[in-house]
Amino acid sequence: MRDRTAGPLLFLRKRIGSWGLIIALLALPLYYTIHDLTAGYQAGLTASGHPIIHHDLSLIGFNVVEGLSNGAIWALIAIGYTLVYGIIELINFAHGDVFTMGSFTGASIWAALGLTLATGPLGVVFGLALTLVLTMLITGSLNVLIERVAYKPLRNAPKLAPLITAIGFSFVLQNVGLLWQGGNPVAVADLINNGHTLFHISGVQIHNRDVLAIGMMIPLVMALNWFVNRTAAGRAMRATAQDPEAARLMGINVNNTISLTFMLGGMLAGAAGIIYALYDANMWYFQGFQAGLYAFTAAVMGGIGNIRGAVLGGLIIGIVQQLSDYRLGTQWTEAVIFIYLILVMVLRPRGLLGEETREAG
Amino acid sequence: MNELKAQLQEWREALLGRMPKAPGWIGGRWSRPGAVLALALLIVLPLLFNESSGFLQATIIALAYVVMALGLNIVIGFAGLLDLGYVAFYALGAYAVGWFASDFLSGENISVLSGQHSTFGIHLNFILVLICAVIITSIAGMIIGLPTLRLRGDYIAIVTLAFGEIIGTMVINGSNISIGGGMTLTAGNLGISSLDAPYFPVAGTFGLLNLRPWYWLILVIAVMCVFIAYRLRDSRLGRAWIALREDEVAAVSMGIPLVKTKLMAYAIGAAFGGMSGVFLAEFNGTVNASQFSFSFSIFVVSMVVLGGLGSIPGAILGALLISYINYYLIPDVFNTLPHTFGLNFDLTDLSIGIYGFLLVIVMVLRPQGLWPEKRRKRELAGLVAPEMTELAEPSQVNVGGGLDQGGMSG
Repeated sequence: MRDRTAGPLLFLRKRIGSWGLIIALLALPLYYTIHDLTAGYQAGLTASGHPIIHHDLSLIGFNVVEGLSNGAIWALIAIGYTLVYGIIELINFAHGDVFTMGSFTGASIWAALGLTLATGPLGVVFGLALTLVLTMLITGSLNVLIERVAYKPLRNAPKLAPLITAIGFSFVLQNVGLLWQGGNPVAVADLINNGHTLFHISGVQIHNRDVLAIGMMIPLVMALNWFVNRTAAGRAMRATAQDPEAARLMGINVNNTISLTFMLGGMLAGAAGIIYALYDANMWYFQGFQAGLYAFTAAVMGGIGNIRGAVLGGLIIGIVQQLSDYRLGTQWTEAVIFIYLILVMVLRPRGLLGEETREAG
Repeated sequence: MNELKAQLQEWREALLGRMPKAPGWIGGRWSRPGAVLALALLIVLPLLFNESSGFLQATIIALAYVVMALGLNIVIGFAGLLDLGYVAFYALGAYAVGWFASDFLSGENISVLSGQHSTFGIHLNFILVLICAVIITSIAGMIIGLPTLRLRGDYIAIVTLAFGEIIGTMVINGSNISIGGGMTLTAGNLGISSLDAPYFPVAGTFGLLNLRPWYWLILVIAVMCVFIAYRLRDSRLGRAWIALREDEVAAVSMGIPLVKTKLMAYAIGAAFGGMSGVFLAEFNGTVNASQFSFSFSIFVVSMVVLGGLGSIPGAILGALLISYINYYLIPDVFNTLPHTFGLNFDLTDLSIGIYGFLLVIVMVLRPQGLWPEKRRKRELAGLVAPEMTELAEPSQVNVGGGLDQGGMSG
């Protein structure tokens, strides 16, 4: 019935089908792959001043690797959005700023521990592990605190009321960040030698920061998956997400379960904050705004409420962002990402991995 | 005939007993004298203040935001479509001024009742610019609405947000987009300054030393918008919006045209935003690409929700309150307050924090908004089934694409 009312779009979707989605997703990388192979790309100048033109796949490979490592950060933040949305249907606008707090807390902790690049690998690894644990606990608790103060009293309120308190807390956290680190981007100690090329894979440079981001994202996501799918608390989360009322009748403490969800989301945001600060050796009180926007986009693109979807969406957005930054110019990146999002939404309204629900149908 | 009349009267009474009444000051006995008195007060208000006082300036901006909030209230409040890209229409309205009432499009030379004597650029009268902006923004509203037709609640939010950001990016990069004749689409971050001030044949061109004409102009626009909003709410279209908001499937089965109804909500809401954008641009005297960010959209959303979703007096109250707090109380009145207590900082350092804190406090204390719609108030009091309180969600049967087994594994 509703299909008929949205005639033109349905017609478009039927004609294009799922191929359209695949073509849309691969359009940018494919175009530049072909471009690199045929027209080639410039890589420096010869001694006589002529540009050196390469015809291979290493530049696109480099873009994709950088995209994946950027995307790993977005994915970790996106999981926080998707978990919270899955359980209480709230777009947690304060989440991006919890991520900022993660960067700030992490940088303060490793500065307090006295970590620098000169500390030596073993010291840095142990110091960072300690920083990571402490930061994740702090940001997780912060997220739970926000939930208790701003969202819990509004469980039965109109749906948009918690959205406004979320925005309110986002502003409060931004102000905290502004007073804490000032209004300009702050350089932090580069602990991992982030731009150092660790190894090559068939001509593609892999930097330390790429290894860090991807190498931290994968175990964190695996741990989360294990927690959600294999533990009693995780089962309670899934039950609450599916039907809070029935879960409560089955003896699940719904309030604690919701707090636990916020705890997990905040912890991942804290981890993402640390990776972000190490990745660029830079942080800013307003970084959470754009990161939050991208991560929320990633969560929606993947199918909101779905953890695998959030990771997939984050990685796709990372790659699109890198390609756009490198090839089109950073000023267009935001528009390119959002055009991708709209394409995915038009071709697949429930997101890439989203389940077919009654309302989305 | 008399029987028929009696029957009609009976039905009418039965209906009136069950239908929500209009707010007292609208439908009650005192509505007309009350409205006239309020309007008279509003008209003489600027005479009580210095003609270039800070309060008057804040009031003018606040009234412009009232228009914005009324427009967004149609989209979010009446039709239940969570639009987070409202900034797009502010931008298009402001650029309508940049295009049609300044020297910017220097390849053209058109002047219609503009009170300007420039030899290049398009200079249209304020009213004509307003009409252009309404046309541009309603078309843009419909274009933005199209992909969201089949999406549910929060997916609409992200797609509208995306459109808002795309338009923001377009205007920032517009200085690189050529539209022929050596002209570019926008001036990017440099901004278009030297916008025409409103000109009317008898009143002449408005100046920035005397703010009163600006006040009366935006008052006329705002009162007109309030009137339109009330008439729309009680019209067939308005009832269709509310029906769609409450239960989309039921509304469509009763024969409400989904596409048309939703697109009308987007278009009308957008037109309000465009009008306000035109006014604000002329009042500021410049269109700067960087001012069209997502923060502006959430600024207007918070006005609407704080006031009470779907409630017209609520939207007005929310807009006035939030803009006074942001443009008057924090920067002007209370800024030096910490110094009087011997503390060494300005309140503007804390302005976003205070603003955020106020949003949290007000929403926690009054989740239904400051001046809720009658119908929603009854819902919250438990007179209507609780699941009806959900906005934009036909039912609570399924918690979205919840964290179900399939989604979480692997």
